[in-house]
Amino acid sequence: MSDQNNNKAEWPLWEVFIRSKAGLDHKHVGSLHAADAEMAIENARDVYTRRMEGVSIWVIESKYIHASDPDNAASLYEPANDKIYRHPTFYDLPDELKHM
Amino acid sequence: MTVRDFQEAFDEKIDKEIAIEPRDWMPDNYRKTLIRQISQHAHSEIVGMLPEGNWITRAPSLRRKAVLLAKVQDEAGHGLYLYSAAETLGITRDEMVEQLHSGKAKYSSIFNYPTTTWADIGAIGWLVDGAAIMNQVALCRTSYGPYARAMVRICKEESFHQRQGYEILLHMSKGTEIQRKMVQDAIDRWWWPSLMMFGPTDDDSPNTAQSMRWRVKRFTNDELRQRFIDVTVEQCKILGMELPDPELKWNEERGHFDYGPIDWEEFWNVVNGNGPCNRERLKARNDAWEKGAWVRDAALAYSEKRKKRAKEADTKAA
Repeated sequence: MSDQNNNKAEWPLWEVFIRSKAGLDHKHVGSLHAADAEMAIENARDVYTRRMEGVSIWVIESKYIHASDPDNAASLYEPANDKIYRHPTFYDLPDELKHM
Repeated sequence: MTVRDFQEAFDEKIDKEIAIEPRDWMPDNYRKTLIRQISQHAHSEIVGMLPEGNWITRAPSLRRKAVLLAKVQDEAGHGLYLYSAAETLGITRDEMVEQLHSGKAKYSSIFNYPTTTWADIGAIGWLVDGAAIMNQVALCRTSYGPYARAMVRICKEESFHQRQGYEILLHMSKGTEIQRKMVQDAIDRWWWPSLMMFGPTDDDSPNTAQSMRWRVKRFTNDELRQRFIDVTVEQCKILGMELPDPELKWNEERGHFDYGPIDWEEFWNVVNGNGPCNRERLKARNDAWEKGAWVRDAALAYSEKRKKRAKEADTKAA
């Protein structure tokens, strides 16, 4: 066993998304290593769906995921904060009003 | 923001039970502690396949063989969930594997004991997985998001592991005199090492306070150990077997079972590499890694070749 050997041969990391049943979104479940997309899907089946947890699998190489910066979360989502009129409960309507 | 601000924001999240996620700021020691704990946990799942794998070819029936295969496959899956959680903290899979294979990283000492009879497979499911579940259920609410999510998935699957083990022992305990002896002998050998799985006593566990503060741990080693003993005593009665501890006695005042002293010298001996199977386990892992190297290389080479061909086809088409 050698370090060089280890580093040279590490398979890329893939993120796995699973649709648990038709009609639902794919949801992130974790990651795994695989040499290519086909192997990533096969490995995802073995690692993440041993008990019929899924009907569809997406995999994407982790390096292609772009994410927002959590330290900027406050300013990033700030514009939504003071617009409570976007929520239906903002509007004061009489109780006898139905079907709305 | 200064480091102090970050630290305050982190502490506040912990206090409010808001999960810490991979890209959030976290203290270096929190990261280090988690990497150590999660990778050790992952290694334990992987090495844990070895003592049980020993019995796959000799399982007494097709049903038992299918069940054991499924269980060992689950352990591999659990190791992979956990490695994947640890990788979100910035350590690579290969670094972790290297740490396991060089002996730098530890794994649960319980897997350094041999599985000498079929009853051991039952005892491992009942006692070893039972002890692991006590720990793992508590970890489902650990403060680091990816670790907690991995634990939820693992706990869902572990329950069958414990039940199949107990069923093996229950079946044998209704069998011949020799089978009953095998069950008792397995319990005698696995009981104390199972209690040791919870780790040193609270007085002797310097990291517990910090881990509790960070809500990485939710209960101390002794609390979980006590909980395990309390439920297991009752389960043992149904088997009609004895736990090998003459001091085991219900304590009305405490509302718990009292138990005899644990041989911590044995524990540290095994942790430090001198258990019955330490060398064998590490050798098996190293051999598997080395003998599998050509497969890993070939898969990468094949993937490269296919990428290159696809590119050539694209260029031609264009």
